[in-house]
Amino acid sequence: MTGKLNTETAFANPDDFYDALIDAHRGLSEEQSAALNAKLILLLANHIGDLEIIREALVLARGEP
Amino acid sequence: MARFTPPVFDYRRCADQDSPRPARHEVVIIGAGMVGLTAALDLAQRGVAVLLLDDDNTVSVGSRSICQAKRTLEIWDRLGAAAPMLEKGVTWQIGRVFFRGQEVYNFDLLPEGGHRFPAFINLQQYFVEHYLLERVADCPAIELRWKNRLAGLTPHADGVRLSIETPDGGYTLEAGWVIAADGARSTARRLMGLDFKGRVFEERFLIADVRMPEPPFGRTGVPERWFWFEPPFHKGDSALLHRQADDVWRIDFQLGPDADPEAERQPERVAPRLRTMLGENARFDYEWLSVYTFQCRRLEKFRHGRVIFAGDAAHQVSPFGARGGNSGVQDADNLAWKLALVLQGTAPETLLDSYDEERGFAADDNILNSTRSTDFMTPRTAAARRFRDAVLALAERHPFARRMINSGRLSTATVLDRSPLNTPDRDPFAPTMRPGSAAADAPVGAQGRESWLLEHLRSGFTGLYFSDDDAGSLPVPVVRLGRNALEDRDGLAAKRYDARPGTFYLLRPDQHVAGRWRTLDRNAIAAALARATGKASG
Repeated sequence: MTGKLNTETAFANPDDFYDALIDAHRGLSEEQSAALNAKLILLLANHIGDLEIIREALVLARGEP
Repeated sequence: MARFTPPVFDYRRCADQDSPRPARHEVVIIGAGMVGLTAALDLAQRGVAVLLLDDDNTVSVGSRSICQAKRTLEIWDRLGAAAPMLEKGVTWQIGRVFFRGQEVYNFDLLPEGGHRFPAFINLQQYFVEHYLLERVADCPAIELRWKNRLAGLTPHADGVRLSIETPDGGYTLEAGWVIAADGARSTARRLMGLDFKGRVFEERFLIADVRMPEPPFGRTGVPERWFWFEPPFHKGDSALLHRQADDVWRIDFQLGPDADPEAERQPERVAPRLRTMLGENARFDYEWLSVYTFQCRRLEKFRHGRVIFAGDAAHQVSPFGARGGNSGVQDADNLAWKLALVLQGTAPETLLDSYDEERGFAADDNILNSTRSTDFMTPRTAAARRFRDAVLALAERHPFARRMINSGRLSTATVLDRSPLNTPDRDPFAPTMRPGSAAADAPVGAQGRESWLLEHLRSGFTGLYFSDDDAGSLPVPVVRLGRNALEDRDGLAAKRYDARPGTFYLLRPDQHVAGRWRTLDRNAIAAALARATGKASG
């Protein structure tokens, strides 16, 4: 799929990002983690601010072509 | 303050009931509610005689539709009914949203000055109908028959045969055209066997309209729309508080899908809810208690030959955007001039198809907004609830999330984009107002007197010309803003119309923009006029 969503590596150090993400969930219940994820998605989606990109990501995340 | 006493209108036997052959009326409107009354007044003002039938003998029972929007008031002002409503109603423009007791967001629906009418007034539907009926009484072109219930409807080639039931028997009528404005449970719709398509929501809500001499929450009584998500005083998802005329307050509690509608509207069940919200010592009387669910759905087509549906009979939404009554009144505003032109033989019958296109487009927009509000307020999955709560939690500190809170996107006039009657812009203009928009109001001076622009745009098609020079001969009357004409004292008209000297707007009889140009172009104006009356396209 060619679109606006960048699926190549954008982080200089992807391990640092992954670590930060997991670390943010440390010690949280499943419910708290889910709430964190929801807030995180909203914050990042607004930062991206491009519905076309977000729709592409939604399709990929849902696992449909 | 004295409680409003609903008037009782007498049933009167009429000559049609004794006529050997069915009497023919060119326009018959079914339903004397907000929409039917508006349509009748508008048609009468355009010289069309109207027969208005209603199955009841009084105005609306209960407050029902309370938020009357700016555009609706402008329409009623054109019909001479808005002044007493504005005086009686509660003017408001601020909304506040609370989450678990904390204010997270507020909005101002009309932050700028220079408008004759506010964003909203809150006025109970029975008052609205009462004021519209006062105008109807002055209108010899309207005959209103109470206790005349539609019982049969048979369309044929050049009209519709109607069977009417009255307290002393039935009779038959011939109608040239029928406007079905008979509400959500439309008899006309049922008699024609038409489907209502869309979503039905299961969530139940309680309306408690109560009379309270003291404003709640120790406030000064400044009228605002207060909306709570997860209110501390109500075990449920949401609640709403909104002031109406005569110290009546609308309180709305979300009850959930399993609430028992009969039990929940009993005063002994409502009282503890109100005391928890308002305090143990709050004093209140009940005005109207109702448990409701709602639908977001519409008829596929609003025009079925000579039967035309308007208001709730044609489309329904949730109450949270004030889009029910207001969109119905805009239906009437859209339909009346078209039907009048067709009856006068100055426009082809196909012009009426543009009613279906334009108001169908508006209905879709209202249904979309209303469905989104409902999905936000009543999340139906765990994931939807998590996102809803995340938006509310973020909103307290982060502006972006406030714009996502949806406690009802409140009605504004629908811009009739893509209408076949619009002439698209050829010249560059700001898109704020555009072909299909309702004309903006602005303060103007008229021969030294303070006045409002919309007051001058009230006949049929009208030209609005921003120029110091006369427009000369045109197929429409012209209202000019410039030297020796209307004065745009504060420059607000020019600003709202993105006008420069020479700018010309062609406005429809319902005050929507048909076309606009940077210079006076007679051919373009004539072509736009033909297009807006359904005579040509291109």
